[in-house]
Amino acid sequence: MRLTREEESMLAGAEGEAVRLALEQQIKVGDFFGAEDFVPVASAHVHSEMETSGEAGLAFLEKIAALGAKVRVPTTSNPRSVDFAHWRQVGQEERHVELERRLVAAFARLGVQVVDTCINYQSITPPRFGQHLAWGDTGTVAFANSVAGARSNFEAGPAALTAALTGRVPRYGYHLPEQRLGTVLVEVHDQPQDKADWGALGCVVGREVGDYWQVPVFDGIESEPSVDDLKQLGASLASYGSLPMFHLVGVTPEARTREEAFGGREPARRLVLEPGALEAAYRSYLPESDKVELVVFSAPQLSLDELKNLAVGLEGKNVHPEVKLLATTNYANYGLAERLGYVKAVEDAGGTVLAGVCFYLMTPNELREKYGYRSLVTNSAKLANIISGYGYVPVLRPTAVCLWAAVEGRLPW
Amino acid sequence: MVEEPLLVLRGHPGVGPDVEGEAWVCQDNFSARYDLDRRTGTFSRRSHACYGQSLVGRVCFFNGAKGGVSTSWALLDMKSRGVAPAALVFRLTNPVMVQGAVLADIPLLDRLSPDPLDTVHTGDYVRLRPREGLVEILRRGAGT
Repeated sequence: MRLTREEESMLAGAEGEAVRLALEQQIKVGDFFGAEDFVPVASAHVHSEMETSGEAGLAFLEKIAALGAKVRVPTTSNPRSVDFAHWRQVGQEERHVELERRLVAAFARLGVQVVDTCINYQSITPPRFGQHLAWGDTGTVAFANSVAGARSNFEAGPAALTAALTGRVPRYGYHLPEQRLGTVLVEVHDQPQDKADWGALGCVVGREVGDYWQVPVFDGIESEPSVDDLKQLGASLASYGSLPMFHLVGVTPEARTREEAFGGREPARRLVLEPGALEAAYRSYLPESDKVELVVFSAPQLSLDELKNLAVGLEGKNVHPEVKLLATTNYANYGLAERLGYVKAVEDAGGTVLAGVCFYLMTPNELREKYGYRSLVTNSAKLANIISGYGYVPVLRPTAVCLWAAVEGRLPW
Repeated sequence: MVEEPLLVLRGHPGVGPDVEGEAWVCQDNFSARYDLDRRTGTFSRRSHACYGQSLVGRVCFFNGAKGGVSTSWALLDMKSRGVAPAALVFRLTNPVMVQGAVLADIPLLDRLSPDPLDTVHTGDYVRLRPREGLVEILRRGAGT
């Protein structure tokens, strides 16, 4: 890679050992992908919590923090594996909680804003068009690239941290205009309605495309999607297909027309989603029985609107005594939802709202073993995809079906 | 004496140190979060082509990288607990996998010719030379 004088001096250690190490790692990644130089970033968003970072990751973060390093661009954190106010109720191990506290302390020493959210774009730090970012959590990247027109690759935890320390990333992938053009045309003849349908749409296309370097272009969608709908679509595409960007013709900013989305080129591939395609995505998640144990609204964390809908949906109802209903959001929305009475409404119905976490990070293996969970019902396609790696049998269903299942204690289909 | 390879796969420079070992080829994609019980390095996702098998200490060949950002931390964590793969080779990988391999110092290569999934078989003895962008097949396994 071509380095500026400032970068040469970072690499020589003039700005400390942490910065030297960080830049050295970034150069290796940049060389791998043929980056010619670095590009400054406006912010970094770092995923690190104890479920995935483990004690080795914690030791790495503590080492960097002990070197006295500080982030040099605004840096936020992705969700944690522990809600410090509810971990006993959830049933997590005290030792794990203590390690998570150490991780938060290391983040704080580094100057990270420990906001613990995967919807930073929706409620904390919205990106702007054209901004170069170093964001982790694939859903945040899909949203930033697609809906805001900002520019980021998937920067995994350690990579986003190195970017925060150096204030830059190698310029390759989605920082380059040509990589952002559509490659796969998706003609949609099965209209998504419920927000879970948008996740199901991402599931169908993500499974089919499954390649970080491809960009699907959705055409033929008749509704006006909400930000929550697009958040579901992006998170699901990223999860099922490792896809960091999509275009939605007439909706997203780099796709005012189909021609603009493809940069005047022909699509390399064309997918047609016939009526029934979304139903088939739901049906790909078959329950082993109609008994419901666990219903989870999470991944991404819920917006204020989604929390309100949950509260309204549970009004005058009770969660079945043998069902655990969990919803997760960030601290900002939790505070507002408390103020507006949504948290109380969910709790009165027998559900639990958690803050600063996402279900699949909450030591799901240990919870499964402790409570004997087998199945998990959710309206999040992303959660359904991830949680099967933890030995659960996921059941993806539309939001209304999930609520019905939580109350009745069984699944209608 | 350096052993002469039977076949050489060439690509762009990868990351990590040179390594030799038995190849383990999986035609499926890979994510440490979605597919593995990371405590043991065993595939725990029922729908994965390698369900129930272990990748610990193996020179792994996969089709592609999938899923989210957690694989990066996972590789370091698995290495520290002695349950990491010895190396990772993909047809085509993604940034998360490379970022994680750099942190954990695990060799990783992709975009090789000829296609590794067509030419390398489980049990073959291979040498990876990431700096040169080379995978060398030194001996064929019993199954080939």
